[in-house]
Amino acid sequence: MSENRTTDEGRRQFLGGTLALGGIAVAPGVFLVNVAGAKPADQPVTDKVRWGLLVDTTRCADGCDACVRACQEENGWGGPDSNEVKSSDEQKAQWIRKVHLRNKQTGSTHSLPLMCQHCEHPPCADVCPTGASFRRADGIVLVDKHTCIGCRYCMMACPYKARSFIHEELHGQKVNAPRGKGTVESCTFCVHRVDNDREPACVEACAAEGRRALIFGDMKDPDSEISQRLKRLGVRQLRADLGLNPGVHYEGV
Amino acid sequence: MARFSALTGRTAALAAVLALLSAPVLAGAPKPEIPRGKGDQCVEPTEVMRRHHMNFILHQRDETMHRGIRTKKHSLAECINCHVPKAEDPARQVHADSPKHFCSSCHTYTAVTIDCFGCHSDVPQETGVAKEDLVVPVHGSAPALDLEQEAARMVQAGGKAE
Repeated sequence: MSENRTTDEGRRQFLGGTLALGGIAVAPGVFLVNVAGAKPADQPVTDKVRWGLLVDTTRCADGCDACVRACQEENGWGGPDSNEVKSSDEQKAQWIRKVHLRNKQTGSTHSLPLMCQHCEHPPCADVCPTGASFRRADGIVLVDKHTCIGCRYCMMACPYKARSFIHEELHGQKVNAPRGKGTVESCTFCVHRVDNDREPACVEACAAEGRRALIFGDMKDPDSEISQRLKRLGVRQLRADLGLNPGVHYEGV
Repeated sequence: MARFSALTGRTAALAAVLALLSAPVLAGAPKPEIPRGKGDQCVEPTEVMRRHHMNFILHQRDETMHRGIRTKKHSLAECINCHVPKAEDPARQVHADSPKHFCSSCHTYTAVTIDCFGCHSDVPQETGVAKEDLVVPVHGSAPALDLEQEAARMVQAGGKAE
């Protein structure tokens, strides 16, 4: 086992080195291998990348909600300044939540963040009557609020309870996260950041806390950290039996 | 005689219509006071923007939402950044519900109701988008919008807003 691992790591380093060479520019602006994520603003996203997130629950601390707070700050939902004053806690926006799991038999506990799982076959998009729920070529599942009629079928279809509906008029929205009354919303993987070669706010916040329980990256790039980590034992998707192939994976549950 | 009265009637009706049409002008309906934007020139000639700004924004909306194209040239956020002055005191910031807001100034005058600002920010904010020449798009040009085609499409759609 340990011998195998050494071999594997050697191969990875070799492959990594080769790919890094491939990324070298042959002329200014011309790359042998297009570096994933470095997309010019006027180019559309492609299916050459698939964004994914790995949650390492062994590093996720009970009681830490840095990811949730970062998401609220970045996308302007929840928090003390929220305009949702009439909605009950169950009705209020919830893009990402901390979930605590406890095995009744063994008593073992896990703490993990739960958000839109960015499925390859998203049931929300299947049931959407207007096409507002859709999956972008790079695997990010979004709500086009321009066409959302607020019917909330998607909320019922989502097995992860990842979506919420805005019941009240909002003010002071963030420029990068337009959201308003009568539409459904959920985690966007901070699509505005991803399109600019940055990581989602939750991932950044988790790293800033020194935990690095969240790893974000391109799952189609065999050299990316997330691709390497996904090969490990104990990495799984939630409700993999549903066959939705979520982009979010969990380690240690 | 009958013919005469019909003519008179028609003339009277025409006069009434004309009077109705010119009434606001005579009454001096206040023209909107359009706040000046930053810089010398908008991203398109003024007359093009006046007639077609909604088409540019609509086109850019779908490109950004579905294809992740984030050029700044026809982006609503950049309209706001140039045309809505940022007040130092947040309490004095002009919002879309005020006729002094760039968008509302004209839309109030022309009785056009828009719902952009039910979701979008109506005040300037840093987008954090990589710096890019606002007027000339990088990498050649973004897919150009055929204005005549776009106008024809709107006529076909019965001028309905989408």
